[in-house]
Amino acid sequence: MHKSTVTPITAHANHEHIPSIRSLVATFAILIVLTVVTLYGSTLSLGSAEIWFSMGIASVKAVLVALFFMHLKHDKPFNVLIVVFSLAFAAIFIGLTMVDANAYQTEINTYVESELK
Amino acid sequence: MLNQTAANVVGSQGQENHEQSHPRFLAHHFHSSEQQFDSGKLGMWLFLITEVMFFSGLFCAYAVYRSTHPEIFIYAHQFLDANLGATNTIVLLCSSLTMALAVRSAQTSQQKMLVVYLTLTLIFAAVFLSIKYVEYSHKWHAGLLWAGDFHPVAGHEHAHDGDGQDAGKTTVMPRDVGVFFSIYYALTGLHGIHILGGMGAIIWILIRAVRGDFNAEYYAPVDFVGLYWHLVDLIWIFLFPLLYLIH
Repeated sequence: MHKSTVTPITAHANHEHIPSIRSLVATFAILIVLTVVTLYGSTLSLGSAEIWFSMGIASVKAVLVALFFMHLKHDKPFNVLIVVFSLAFAAIFIGLTMVDANAYQTEINTYVESELK
Repeated sequence: MLNQTAANVVGSQGQENHEQSHPRFLAHHFHSSEQQFDSGKLGMWLFLITEVMFFSGLFCAYAVYRSTHPEIFIYAHQFLDANLGATNTIVLLCSSLTMALAVRSAQTSQQKMLVVYLTLTLIFAAVFLSIKYVEYSHKWHAGLLWAGDFHPVAGHEHAHDGDGQDAGKTTVMPRDVGVFFSIYYALTGLHGIHILGGMGAIIWILIRAVRGDFNAEYYAPVDFVGLYWHLVDLIWIFLFPLLYLIH
């Protein structure tokens, strides 16, 4: 069917993992289900837990995409380390900036209110 | 010069062996195809983390403004259509699946299927941008622009407030709602530019795939464009709940 152009997988030069179609479609199906769950969750009144609920699901989806679509599960440990470090630094960046910005909020609010009067 | 002489001495038989041992797309500064692939992949991951840091600046702006001005986000989210956002999420997930299948086709030397999957990925990307265009043009006409140009047109304000649940509690517009739209346009706009860039990269891969460049021995460009495409999908996975599903 694919004539002689098909190279046997044993002669595969890059020693990369070849995912099965089944695992890719299964990943896709779980991603769709999680999207529906997020949508449904947004109709519930979860209050302040809402952001953690939706971000938690988004993180699970992100891990699925990274592990199976981006082959991170079978990638070199060093590449995985790079990704983990980038996320850690993004968390430090966003976390510390939020702490810093929140530290001045009372002063900003007092100033804004005095300006509005 | 020395090599040339050696080749001449060995003759045509040696020439053939040389051809076989040197893959067509192996750059001269790499020792082997495997080294070339691993170097490329490392480079791609390094590029992707710069993208993560790049977007984290905008996510940071979002986090800071949402934590200090939650009322703006709760008020502004009603202008976004969650159904269009959800549709786009699913469209992008479909494109990620077809891209992953395209990479697999390249890995298994199924050149026809590679062309089919890349074309499907392009179509999904175009659908995503079309839906984005519908959203943007609606906001443009409703005057829902970034801070400074935020002048909502009366009558459009509750365009997406179908369920009527929020209508009562958000009748008074808080100050600086435009800030939400500045963040919205920066995040979705930058993401949209990445989709456009990704489409350009996929077209390049598609042309090479039609030419028959890729097989189990050489598919690195397909793999790397795939990684980029999945990252763009990953960013949307976070953007969707952050922008469309605020309560």
